[in-house]
Amino acid sequence: MSGLAQNPASTIIRAGAAMDCQPWPRMLLRQEAWTVMAAALAREPGLALIALWADPTDIHALFVDEAAGAVLFASVPVQGGRYPALSPTRPGAAWYERMIADLWGHTAQGGTDGRAWLDHGRWPQVFPLATRPGPAGPAPEPPEFLPTDGQDLHQIPVGPIHAGIIEPGHFRFTAQGETIARLEIRLGYTHKGTLSLMRGKSPRVAARFAARLSGDSTVAHSLAFSHATEAALGVEIPMRAVMLRAVMAELERMANHLGDIGAICNDASFAFAFARFGFLREEILRASSFAFGHRLMMDCVIPGGIAADLAPGGAETIAQALASVEAELPALIRIYGNYASLVDRMATTGVIAPNLTAQFAAGGYVGRAAGRQVDARRFPSYPPYDAFPPTIPVLITSDVDARVRIRLAELTDSARLTQALLGAVAHGPISVTLPMGSGEGIGVAESFRGDAWHFVRLEGGLITANFMRDPSWAQWPLLEAAVEGNIVADFPLVNKSFNGSYSGVDL
Amino acid sequence: MVWRRIARNLLDGPATEPPGTIPEATTRALAAQLDATAQPRLGRSLAIRHVDCGSCNGCELEIHALNNIVYDLERFGLHFVASPRHADVLLVTGPLSRNLREALDRTVEATPDPKFIIGMGDCAVDGGVFKGSYAVEGGIGAAVTVDLLIPGCPPTPTQILAGLRALLEANAAT
Repeated sequence: MSGLAQNPASTIIRAGAAMDCQPWPRMLLRQEAWTVMAAALAREPGLALIALWADPTDIHALFVDEAAGAVLFASVPVQGGRYPALSPTRPGAAWYERMIADLWGHTAQGGTDGRAWLDHGRWPQVFPLATRPGPAGPAPEPPEFLPTDGQDLHQIPVGPIHAGIIEPGHFRFTAQGETIARLEIRLGYTHKGTLSLMRGKSPRVAARFAARLSGDSTVAHSLAFSHATEAALGVEIPMRAVMLRAVMAELERMANHLGDIGAICNDASFAFAFARFGFLREEILRASSFAFGHRLMMDCVIPGGIAADLAPGGAETIAQALASVEAELPALIRIYGNYASLVDRMATTGVIAPNLTAQFAAGGYVGRAAGRQVDARRFPSYPPYDAFPPTIPVLITSDVDARVRIRLAELTDSARLTQALLGAVAHGPISVTLPMGSGEGIGVAESFRGDAWHFVRLEGGLITANFMRDPSWAQWPLLEAAVEGNIVADFPLVNKSFNGSYSGVDL
Repeated sequence: MVWRRIARNLLDGPATEPPGTIPEATTRALAAQLDATAQPRLGRSLAIRHVDCGSCNGCELEIHALNNIVYDLERFGLHFVASPRHADVLLVTGPLSRNLREALDRTVEATPDPKFIIGMGDCAVDGGVFKGSYAVEGGIGAAVTVDLLIPGCPPTPTQILAGLRALLEANAAT
């Protein structure tokens, strides 16, 4: 009983019926138990909701208790098209519940937000992932935005097509003069029906979709998808593949950090940093292309291993690119800190309230800049990071500056890690053949943006259900909170410091 | 540090690479196409507006690369603009998600004539891997008349640049 008093929700989940899923069992709860668990989450703030999704018959929730070092996976059957909502006790569940309603047609009973999300009324059908999708409804209605009430408020609608080279989304600002009183983000414009395309396919074929959930994290999502598939099938992959996957993941992290830090500085009109960081990014991409055959390393990580071996001379080329980065980075870090006009734009801009980053279980540089020492490479961890642990930088100011400095620190660490990994790459095969098996698996990988989680269910070698959770699910709602009280002109800077993926959450 | 680097660049020359050659066949085909439609000359400079119709953001990363100092797009008279009203070219990526169709139609309408429409990436060509999904129209050709396709997943900056420069040359030749 003491467990119940201390960790009421975890205790209820652990008491469910364990279904076979690797490496964490899926605990099936009855609706009554799920209802009690949902309410009990209020008394267990340490149990973070990572993802919420569905299949035609069940709802699935993935939790992480960082302090206890536990990953908990719970399911509940849908009854009469309904399931008890989690959003009253976990605000991050609201977008997931809206997504589940649009794709599967299951209603979150007692949910905080019942508005449509991905379904803009433009598809030829409704509930595309349900066993029997319904016919499309009448012509689309204009979206409903949250009401605002106050003096001298005006609205600024932005998008879906933005002014830069960027993905589409609609930002509805409510401003009082220059100050943002509220931002509401409406996404779904890049919805491609990716989950439905993956069903009925073998993991090797479906990996091409995981690789295109979010192009900037193609290695990380391919990795998380492969981890899930390999867990479901009980497959061990060769050590050479493990090491080269990590090299690719670190190169991807560095390329994104370099590009984004330059772009953030550019949004504050500091063209010098944009030029130099952009140049270093290009060096990393060219080395990646030479070593692995693709600048973004798309389709290079596949379930069972990697698609092609490191090209002859690849290790040396990567080492040269790393040397360029390591040679220039200390100077660039000094320059970043020394220009008062730049720091003035970055510091104290776009601060997130600390309780919110915990509530939304923010990972990546958004979480780490807000005092959260989280990194999927450390927990739950996966090979080879158990043998090559990353250094995890943490800051507490939670502003644009902190998010940039976290990424600068990670760049240095990734360069170090990549060199260590390259020096220890074993000889041997680079992949194994996957058996035509059945099973469920969960996989995780730390993308440059944060923790990416994948679930996959295989029957007779084919995917029957899956979900892909990009870290942006936690970060977009926090962007809404971070810009409150900032001036409209600082929005691009704050937005770029988050760099949420549109495609990653639009599915 | 900033000034030292700038001084070094003045001595060593810029990081920008020489432009390379454009496939002649592409130029000829485009010139013929432009002749046929009798597009008035726009001069040797083109303003480009990017429109993302549901890409995975891979194409956008490589478009961004065009603006880095290695490719330096603007030396060719090509530059990206913030509004379709300022654009000669729409550079369209993605498989054309149904949720973005209306926005694309409105963007095309807002772009003054004469205009060129380029489909970039395998998705824009025919939907790419997303072909057949309920949520996409399967390539931008479903909504607009496309002047030039640049395939690839994503195309490299060099390939994008070759396509854009071919358009520039063909435009100047008419």
